[in-house]
Amino acid sequence: MTQIEEVSLDQYKHLVSERALTGETMLLNMGPQHPSTHGVLRLLLELDGEIVVNCIPDIGFLHTGVEKNMEAKTYQKAEVMTDRLDYMNTMGNNLSYVMAVEKLIDVDVPARAQALRVILVELQRIASHLVWLGTSGLDLAAMSMFLYCFREREQILDIFELVSGQRMMTTYIRPGGVWRDVPVEFEKAVRDFIKVFPKRIDEYETLLTKNPLFIDRMVDIGYLSKETALSYGVTGPTLRASGVNWDLRKARPYMGYEQYDFNVPVLTEGDTYARYLVRIQELRESLKIVEQALNKLPLGPVRSENRKFVPPPRSEIGVSMESLIHHFKLWTEGFPAPKASIYSAVESPRGELAVFLEGDGGPKPLRVHMRTPSFDNLGVVPEIVKGYLVADLVAILASVDIVLGDIDR
Amino acid sequence: MDKKLEPIVKEVQVKFGATFEEFRDEVHLFVKPEQIVEALTLLRDEQNFELLSALTAVDYYPQSTPRFHVIYQLTSIAKNLSVQLRVPVNGDSPKVPTVTRVFGSANWRERELFDMFGIEVEGHPDPRRILMPDDSEGHPLRKDYPLGYEEPQFTFNFDEINLRKPYAKE
Repeated sequence: MTQIEEVSLDQYKHLVSERALTGETMLLNMGPQHPSTHGVLRLLLELDGEIVVNCIPDIGFLHTGVEKNMEAKTYQKAEVMTDRLDYMNTMGNNLSYVMAVEKLIDVDVPARAQALRVILVELQRIASHLVWLGTSGLDLAAMSMFLYCFREREQILDIFELVSGQRMMTTYIRPGGVWRDVPVEFEKAVRDFIKVFPKRIDEYETLLTKNPLFIDRMVDIGYLSKETALSYGVTGPTLRASGVNWDLRKARPYMGYEQYDFNVPVLTEGDTYARYLVRIQELRESLKIVEQALNKLPLGPVRSENRKFVPPPRSEIGVSMESLIHHFKLWTEGFPAPKASIYSAVESPRGELAVFLEGDGGPKPLRVHMRTPSFDNLGVVPEIVKGYLVADLVAILASVDIVLGDIDR
Repeated sequence: MDKKLEPIVKEVQVKFGATFEEFRDEVHLFVKPEQIVEALTLLRDEQNFELLSALTAVDYYPQSTPRFHVIYQLTSIAKNLSVQLRVPVNGDSPKVPTVTRVFGSANWRERELFDMFGIEVEGHPDPRRILMPDDSEGHPLRKDYPLGYEEPQFTFNFDEINLRKPYAKE
């Protein structure tokens, strides 16, 4: 039996102010089961009245040893673990891992697969921002936002179900291409979404952007300077709201992002409201990319022809001896990857999502490290909440957009 | 290698006697543990590497000298470049100095480094575990730490396994 230990102030002595030791300020637990922490996050707050003096996040409640588990699986099989990290961005996680594997083994991806990946990842970005918009609206008592946002998100998840059979844990993007070609209904489903969504964004903006109550809660709250953001490794919309123009889709284009015309919204205010505005604008930009990619979606294969790494299509297995051998070898033994390491980064809805992958010459990775954006984005929260009210903390935490599965891995 | 990266690599090579490796256009520079703070400061202040993208390690067990490589992945936003610094660390009492004074994000990342690999970070302002519980033993991402599993319970052995399970009873 594990004994329940009483938490003493001793282990937090170096993190709180002098006044906490004399009992002048109060230490208060927020979480791990608190609705506004967006998951299982515990915040130990040092409060002076209602003002936050210090904030000590306690993470690891969702730690499931994803990296350790991936080391025990072959390169193809380890991919399913990536879905479970950031459960709001499953397609993006697949893409980041798959790109690292492709770079390590040097496999080319056909143009159609690249365009499909872009469409799906951008839809995923919209879905992720919708969850963020809905839940942060909910945190600030804009109840109806949650319902509206989840209505549109459902439409995107239906598209995912159409292509992969799964709403969330898709594993649709595979090394060398995608799982299989999209069904004929795919184009219409995406077109329907493109048609309806701009009006919906206008609706969200009517509800929130100029809403005086919302502005009161957001403007000049949680100021994050450019220097602090960079020092703490903050990336994504949170960094762009602090005036740094850094988007990996523009800076280091992958999957043919250079062919699409889109803007990267950058604001310099660095407060909670700026982070909100950046994400709202990103919704429109992502939709632009989806539309362009769908318009010029090329025909052709969706998987690489390199049979040493990519399994053959099912229809070939019955008629070709080689295909059967390749299929058997790839799914039992896996493919060997060189003894070298790769760092490959993509722009996730939350920032720089990167995979550090090191092979040891065999079919299993020696080390997989997921550089997840939420980890660093939460790391900066203790710095930016100091001096604000507890109610503001809720708004700030919502505005950096963390996903606990992404942090704890 | 990127043309813009060549003078930077040369500078680090000359200053710290670093060796370098290249694979698919990615550059890895090897420096000694005692040089890492200075090397990161140099790259941040003089070469615009503003972002410490990742800080992690690789375990090459059973090899013991060096057993670990501690990895510092740097990104320059101004120049759009990346470079990786690697610090080889031996297996007996592995130690690296803290870089929290250079990059704020190193604080949590170094706590993770200790938690997952047991690499001690000297001078860290907050040396606690981060992902695992405070009272847990061992460091999970070391190669000699076994990957755990749960025994499947069937009707014939349900009670037997139930007795061994570590969850709180009553």
